Amino acid sequence: MAKRRVMFTFPQELIREPVIYNLGQQFKVVGNIRRADISEDKGWVVLELEGKEEDIEQGIAWVTSKGIRVDPIIGDIVEG
Amino acid sequence: MSYATALRCRKCGREYPLEPRNLCNFCFSPLEVSYDYKSMAKAVSRQKIAAGPPDMWRYHDMLPVGDEVVNIGAGFTPLIKADRLGRELGLDELYIKNDCLNPTYSFKDRVVSVAITRARELGFDTVACASTGNLAASVAAHAAKADMKAYVFVPADVGAGKLTGIAIYNPVLVTVNGSYDDVNRLCGKLVEKYSWGFINVNLRPYYAEGSKTLGFEVAEQLGWHAPDCVVAPAASGLLFTRIWKGLDELSMLGLIKEVNTHMYVTQAAGSSPIVSAFEAGSLHVNPVKPNTVAKSIAIGNPADGYYALRVARQSGGGAGAVSDDELIEGMKLLAQTEGIFSEAAGGVVIAGLRKLVSSGAIKKNQLTVAFITGAGPRTQEIVSDIVQPLAIQPTLESFEEVVGENV
Ligand SMILES: Cc1ncc(COP(=O)(O)O)c(C=O)c1O
Ligand SMILES: [Zn+2]
Repeated sequence: MAKRRVMFTFPQELIREPVIYNLGQQFKVVGNIRRADISEDKGWVVLELEGKEEDIEQGIAWVTSKGIRVDPIIGDIVEG
Repeated sequence: MSYATALRCRKCGREYPLEPRNLCNFCFSPLEVSYDYKSMAKAVSRQKIAAGPPDMWRYHDMLPVGDEVVNIGAGFTPLIKADRLGRELGLDELYIKNDCLNPTYSFKDRVVSVAITRARELGFDTVACASTGNLAASVAAHAAKADMKAYVFVPADVGAGKLTGIAIYNPVLVTVNGSYDDVNRLCGKLVEKYSWGFINVNLRPYYAEGSKTLGFEVAEQLGWHAPDCVVAPAASGLLFTRIWKGLDELSMLGLIKEVNTHMYVTQAAGSSPIVSAFEAGSLHVNPVKPNTVAKSIAIGNPADGYYALRVARQSGGGAGAVSDDELIEGMKLLAQTEGIFSEAAGGVVIAGLRKLVSSGAIKKNQLTVAFITGAGPRTQEIVSDIVQPLAIQPTLESFEEVVGENV
């Protein structure tokens, strides 16, 4: 099993969608939420994804295709 | 000796031993070194610091490493009273902290000196980093001095000119053919796979502390006073938070009075997630795709963005973003008034300062320090349009014809 630490940033219209639930159902990727802030007009979730490497890849591609930003928690490693 | 006691989560407060680790296992927030300030306070004094070496290690007692340091002479760079530039911008008391004058020409020598020292203490024989220039050069130079192996990953589109300033120290220099995101992704995997001291990843809490010396030095150089205003650039946001922490610690240790410094963060508009969050009144930094000539500070997903934002807020400071044209004007202005050739990040600071003064955020009589964090020559191609020499033949006639008779 692989793990990936990511942040999802939701646009307003997607805040109410059960994206993390669907990740589990459709891609067998379990999302373990560590921090989150969701309000009426914006939202972000910090979580660890756990599953098979290829399922995580496909799951992230699906989440991204819905219009949700997916970024690594670690931030950009390449510095000036 | 070191007064560091633990790594502490900035969000939830959980503590970890002083090991190679950058994130809290529970909430994934950044870890920070905490200290036994009581004992530290007994060990430090203005006199002892003033009698120390003329480099950043005069503040050794306030850094998280033991006695044997990897020192190529970083720090204790000049603080210049910038009267000409001040007049131009409308400030009575403007100072430039000139960190171009570090061994590898940027402030990164401060952070790397601490990180490599800690890496060696932790038993690493190999260090690594991914960088478009400044960090890579500094890591390679310090690894050379420490007789450690260094892996340095550079995006393949970084100009060949920059590679010389890295390769000269003989690291394992790897150019990665791919986008900036590809290089980031690869590095994420390298970090997991290899047991290296990854300078700005698993050594990040130690690395961060090196930038406190910028705050220490400025206060010492101002006669043990904190400035009224600080203007500094941000990429990941770490430097900005540590200038503040440096001032705060000096006051906590009783070396300066209470700190009322207003902290202003500046970014290039093409990569300004922290400034955007500040302006939006948000506490969440939304990552962006960078697009600016200021490559050294082009970080779209800043690991410490939230904390930089908080420092700007809590200190009663602010934020400013400038266009590429404005930052290049800033570089030229700094060179042509104070004789300091900075890189793009310095142009961002000067152009940002100009905006902050004209908007009234920074007042004429406030003692302001602008942090110039890297030198110009490594990226001189971005201002190559200034080269317009008057070409003549080696005769007086030609000189007078081309340059004019009223010289
Ligand atoms: C010249 C220069 N200034 C400032 C920075 C910003 O550093 P930080 O990532 O700590 O915000 C960098 C590095 O990324 C840099 O190279
Ligand atoms: Zn935590």
